[in-house]
Amino acid sequence: MTKRTTAHLALSDGTTFEGEAAGALLEGGVATGEAVFNTALSGYQEVITDPSYAGQVVAFTYPHIGNYGVTDLDDESRGVFLSGVIVRDLPPLHSSWRAQGGLEDLLIAQGVGAITGIDTRRLTRHLRNAGALPCALGTGPREDIIEAAQHAASTDGQALAMDVSTPTAYQVGSGALRVVALDLGIKSTILAHLARFATVEVVPATTTADEILSLDPDGIFLSNGPGDPGALDAVARTVADLVGTRPLLGICLGHQVLASALGGATFKLPFGHHGSNHPVKNLATGQIEITAQNHNYAVVEGSILGATVTHVNLNDGIIEGIAVESAGAFSVQHHPEAGPGPHDASYLFDTFAQAMATTSKAGR
Amino acid sequence: MPRRDDLSSILVIGSGPIVIGQACEFDYSGTQACRVLTQEGYRVILANSNPATIMTDPATADATYVEPLDVDVLTAIIERERPDAILPTLGGQTALNLTMELARRGVPEALGVEIIGARPEAIETAEDRDKFKQAMTEIGLIVPRSGFAHSLEEAVVIAREIGFPIMVRPSYILGGQGTGIAPDEQAFLRLAAEGLVASPVGEILVERSIAGWKEYELEVMRDSADNCVVICSIENLDPMGVHTGDSITVAPAQTLSDVEYQEMRDDSFACLRRVGVETGGSNVQFAVNPWTGERIVIEMNPRVSRSSALASKATGFPIAKIAARLAVGYRLDEITNDITMATPASFEPTIDYVVTKVPRWAFEKLPGAEPHLGTRMQSVGEVMAIGRTFPESLQKAMRSLEQGRTGLVDRDEESLAAGFSDSELLIACDQATPDRLFLVAAALRRGLGVEAVHQATLIDRWFLSQIEIITDAAEEFVALGADGLTRDTLRQAKRLGFSDAQLAEMFGVAETEVFAAREAAGVTVTYKTVDTCAAEFEAFTPYHFGTYEEEDEIRPSGRPRVIILGSGPNRIGQGIEFDYCCVHASMTLRAAGFETIMINCNPETVSTDYDTSDRLYFEPLTGEDVRAIIAAEQRASEGDGELLGVIVSLGGQTPLKLAHEIDPGLILGTSPASIDLAEDRKRFNDLLAARGMAQPPGGTATTFDGAKKIAADIGYPVLVRPSYVLGGRAMEIVYDEPNLTRAMTTLLGDDDHEGALAREGGVTEDRPILIDRFLEEAIEVDVDAVRDASGEVLIGGVMEHVEEAGVHSGDSACALPPQTLGDDIVLTLERWAAELADALDVVGLLNVQFAVKDGEAYVIEANPRASRTVPFVAKATGVPLAAVAARVMTGSTLAQLRDEGMVPRDRVRPTHVSVKEAVLPFSRFPGVDTILGPEMRSTGEVMGVDRTFGLAFAKSQMAAGSRLPSTGAVFLSLADRDKGAGAEVARAFVELGFALMATMGTAGYLRDNGIPVEKLVAKVGDEALAADAVELIASGDVQLVINTPRGHGPRADGAHIRAACIEHAIPCLTTLAAARAAAQGIGDWASHPLEVITLQELHAAQATA
Repeated sequence: MTKRTTAHLALSDGTTFEGEAAGALLEGGVATGEAVFNTALSGYQEVITDPSYAGQVVAFTYPHIGNYGVTDLDDESRGVFLSGVIVRDLPPLHSSWRAQGGLEDLLIAQGVGAITGIDTRRLTRHLRNAGALPCALGTGPREDIIEAAQHAASTDGQALAMDVSTPTAYQVGSGALRVVALDLGIKSTILAHLARFATVEVVPATTTADEILSLDPDGIFLSNGPGDPGALDAVARTVADLVGTRPLLGICLGHQVLASALGGATFKLPFGHHGSNHPVKNLATGQIEITAQNHNYAVVEGSILGATVTHVNLNDGIIEGIAVESAGAFSVQHHPEAGPGPHDASYLFDTFAQAMATTSKAGR
Repeated sequence: MPRRDDLSSILVIGSGPIVIGQACEFDYSGTQACRVLTQEGYRVILANSNPATIMTDPATADATYVEPLDVDVLTAIIERERPDAILPTLGGQTALNLTMELARRGVPEALGVEIIGARPEAIETAEDRDKFKQAMTEIGLIVPRSGFAHSLEEAVVIAREIGFPIMVRPSYILGGQGTGIAPDEQAFLRLAAEGLVASPVGEILVERSIAGWKEYELEVMRDSADNCVVICSIENLDPMGVHTGDSITVAPAQTLSDVEYQEMRDDSFACLRRVGVETGGSNVQFAVNPWTGERIVIEMNPRVSRSSALASKATGFPIAKIAARLAVGYRLDEITNDITMATPASFEPTIDYVVTKVPRWAFEKLPGAEPHLGTRMQSVGEVMAIGRTFPESLQKAMRSLEQGRTGLVDRDEESLAAGFSDSELLIACDQATPDRLFLVAAALRRGLGVEAVHQATLIDRWFLSQIEIITDAAEEFVALGADGLTRDTLRQAKRLGFSDAQLAEMFGVAETEVFAAREAAGVTVTYKTVDTCAAEFEAFTPYHFGTYEEEDEIRPSGRPRVIILGSGPNRIGQGIEFDYCCVHASMTLRAAGFETIMINCNPETVSTDYDTSDRLYFEPLTGEDVRAIIAAEQRASEGDGELLGVIVSLGGQTPLKLAHEIDPGLILGTSPASIDLAEDRKRFNDLLAARGMAQPPGGTATTFDGAKKIAADIGYPVLVRPSYVLGGRAMEIVYDEPNLTRAMTTLLGDDDHEGALAREGGVTEDRPILIDRFLEEAIEVDVDAVRDASGEVLIGGVMEHVEEAGVHSGDSACALPPQTLGDDIVLTLERWAAELADALDVVGLLNVQFAVKDGEAYVIEANPRASRTVPFVAKATGVPLAAVAARVMTGSTLAQLRDEGMVPRDRVRPTHVSVKEAVLPFSRFPGVDTILGPEMRSTGEVMGVDRTFGLAFAKSQMAAGSRLPSTGAVFLSLADRDKGAGAEVARAFVELGFALMATMGTAGYLRDNGIPVEKLVAKVGDEALAADAVELIASGDVQLVINTPRGHGPRADGAHIRAACIEHAIPCLTTLAAARAAAQGIGDWASHPLEVITLQELHAAQATA
């Protein structure tokens, strides 16, 4: 086995961890971002290519990351937007009939700095108590890394969605229904779900309500994405103009933006929800859905008067879903599309399709 | 829906004796279930024939029936108790099968009892392979191409259609008994015939073999509101073709992408819903084609299983406990996760470590059995290890096995492969055997490469590459030698799971040097917590494993603490009885105000349940690992907190051996010096002689010549046995010098073979061979006693063995109270036991084995530790000996315990007879002779309780699975020396209305003594007479066989008879003593109605008698 270069991870509060450089972390190089942890056991490629992690350094709590390699089929976006990857172990060899290459090759190709050999459990416990913290990883002297961490940015107040959104509109699928998807950092798996029944027009985050309505959609989709929902006032105003015009579905950041558009407030959770095992209760049916989650912000309870809460998180009670029945608008904080994660909540896409089918027939 | 208030009493069915395929995991799950249901306020009625369980403790349920698990007996219990419901899903296949049989007879319906957990229709859909296949096809899941056959002809037609290789699986069997893969038609015919017999319904599944595919298992749960969750995914290192119970398995799944995993998850829920398991835990097994990803459903168990126990220990999610709650109406989101105390049970555990399970086999105890692994489970136990990475957990598992290995790679692994060329080594790797993984490691260490080993074995490349990391590191360490004692190298090594002993070997230094270098460099173990959530939430359950990281999570303690060393993997000779003792110690010491700390590595047990002790370390039981925990606990003391000591005498030989590896000042109870005194032949002999206690003459030897000289002095026959082993390992009775030579060769080894004890420390002056005069036809007696520090001795029980001395006590039936011994001799034995306890300065338990011949008592051996019979004595008398011992070891006196009510004021006077019977694994090992001898081979035990010895014995036989017949024919084939006594037994059977059949010699003797023999039977192969013995047994015309071995050579002549009995499930008794007891039992059984009694009633009656 080739020896890796010793590297350190530092948090902005001065805590350091010993590890080894991996991925595109070069000799003397430093990567910075907001450290968060993800507890999913599988699906590292989907996580790493999820635009919602822009500005963040993701620590995987499962120790072996890279076991089954990577394949184009599992990419969640056109590139990699996160700032760094922290693992306990990057296996030297991957094994899967699906694999086209190894994870580390992907990290190198995408210029992602990573650190391996980290006591990720200690890191997780620290972040659990201290909350998500800016961090830095690099091979230089420990003090330099600590300093870099102290200068690293958090996601607070950052409109990162605008950075990762598509610069130009594009179309996906050829279904009978017509959906305009406002791209705040949309994942491929969401598009694949929508494309089952719709022709999806993916438009940049800067697209106005008029522009969207001029495309004559059957429904409007607000995507997931990175950063602080509080920094997306313009998008929220756009959404406010759209609510009630067409059936509307929002996921994750899209959910938070819908809440803002409805006059609601958002707040930052201490360390967020990042994983594939979060229990959510569907208040209409009483059923429990195990969901994929990836968010640092959430909707403040009681802040939206015009919407009903449809789903709650059973771990900490935060709002997982809202609906404005009269406007045909609904949204969820979790990820019904999975990618990675369980499929328990995928019925929400069918609900969206049915809502569109009903109104499009009635409306025209 | 919350708790069901329409139910008030529930019958829980246990799994009976420990057998291969069904071990103490069901004690763990059953105990959890009983406790939960009791907490919920239900009256819990328990039926289980296994006295060595925690489940059958009178405190675990409200009414405990230690009665045979038989439909008639269960019906009697149901009639007597009239429970509202039966919970069949926590007692393994045994409980499911019994429930199905009860349902077929209409018992639950007639008596208004509801079956909860899984309805009979669901059980049938899951268990009946045809219905299962149909159900899966209906919901679009792929099942292997197959057909069912009820005859050989049908089987052949199906096989020709599918094409070879073909897998044969009998319906309704447990642990894969009677299953196998046939490469061609000839092998197929043999397997199919076997399978048709093994299946209780005479049905086999003939299916496309998918050997070489990857194997996975998902542990799933469902509640009454249709909420489903996956608790754990498990991936087998061994590809399909090796039974899951015999496979090395790893959690979580390592080589499934999320896309594949989520599809598998969907499939498992679909399967659960279609089968119709309404509430509780199930497991679904899948095979995945490694080249295409094609996924096939292999089977599902609609109940808690061995894998559920593993999944519970691997994740910290208590499946059985939750399953019991779901069965009485709760929903997953109405139950709180014990570990976080804040989040609900309706989630999927996620883990931040790797868990590896490795089976342990007992082929060394079963000469004649080929150590080849296949679709029929053969392992008798398992270990689990937790590490932050797969290499670490694998190496920890390897040293947990207690087979003399220090890890995956060491001298043993090198010597195993030494004689093989590269290509031979790869061929050897392809054969699944207990040693396969070591050969794989040897091949990788030799540099043959992941690809070549993968091609040879089809073990996934990922696992091989991870093993190669270990072997590459080993090579590097050997090259470094003592230069490896640097921080970087030591840290790398420890993080790959290398033990200090392993590193010492590689660096060529002493183990203490490795340890000292590590301490100096700051490379020390840290303990992490198993918390179901990968640290996302705070955990309140101190369930720990050791690893080499940057943060330690052990919380300080201000209380007095006691460490209890567990007994490691189950094996023949050391099983659940010792776990029972450790768990009792923990429970009783907690109740007395101590904080208890358990160390064990066996995932099947109650001791490794996270709430049995105040703290649980799931760690290997080696000197290094135990010392590290002791140090961690000493560091964790704050305020008045103090580590008082370590209990080593309750977990069998495993912890006892470790007594020498830890600070003697920390050992609680009997001192290591006393333990050694009992084992030191010379000093022990002197001790007995000084007190006028007789013992069979004997001596110790380390060489051939020494052995011959002793034997010549004391006269044959002699009993030859090694010191410091449990379960009669390598013990033998020899009748002459040539056989002594052979026996000694087996033990010492010769130029071509390593000795049988090579892996257990070899033969040295400290660990010599013991040679004693063997007392023929003596009665063997066991006495269990507890002595306190003040010198008072409590006699727990005196047990008379049914089989004569020479049959290992663990394989012999025994009765409490003694049945044929006079009061005076019993008093002598009790007095001697008490004197020995004094002489050895025992504080805690003492077991003494005596032989009584012609009215004279002899001491065979004394062991100042828990014996196998401790739980049986506790069940039979109501005195919790293990708990008493634990209290005595931590400073209480028997007088104090008497005041507390733990020890009765007066001697318990038995109102009933309790019989313990051993359960043997022969049906799994067709080539092994079933004759009982000095080497223990039983895997478990059962207990029968009734008013007379005969009734209790008959119950014990029924519980052990060989129901004594009430009418029919008895076939006798006796050794010459047994004929005199055999005639009496034969006469008894005639008086009971049985017809006799006998071989020529036996028949002649019986007829000469006026006993009618209806049919003469030829010895096997004797063409002269028509009815060959084996054919006769096969014909079903014989209901009981009594076959005692002839001569003292290889006892081959009766072997075919005994093998035929196993094959056709005809009770076969191999000692006259057992035959005599059977006649008594059949007689009593015929003249008494079936009565059942609870332990609670029994103990109350005896306390006031």
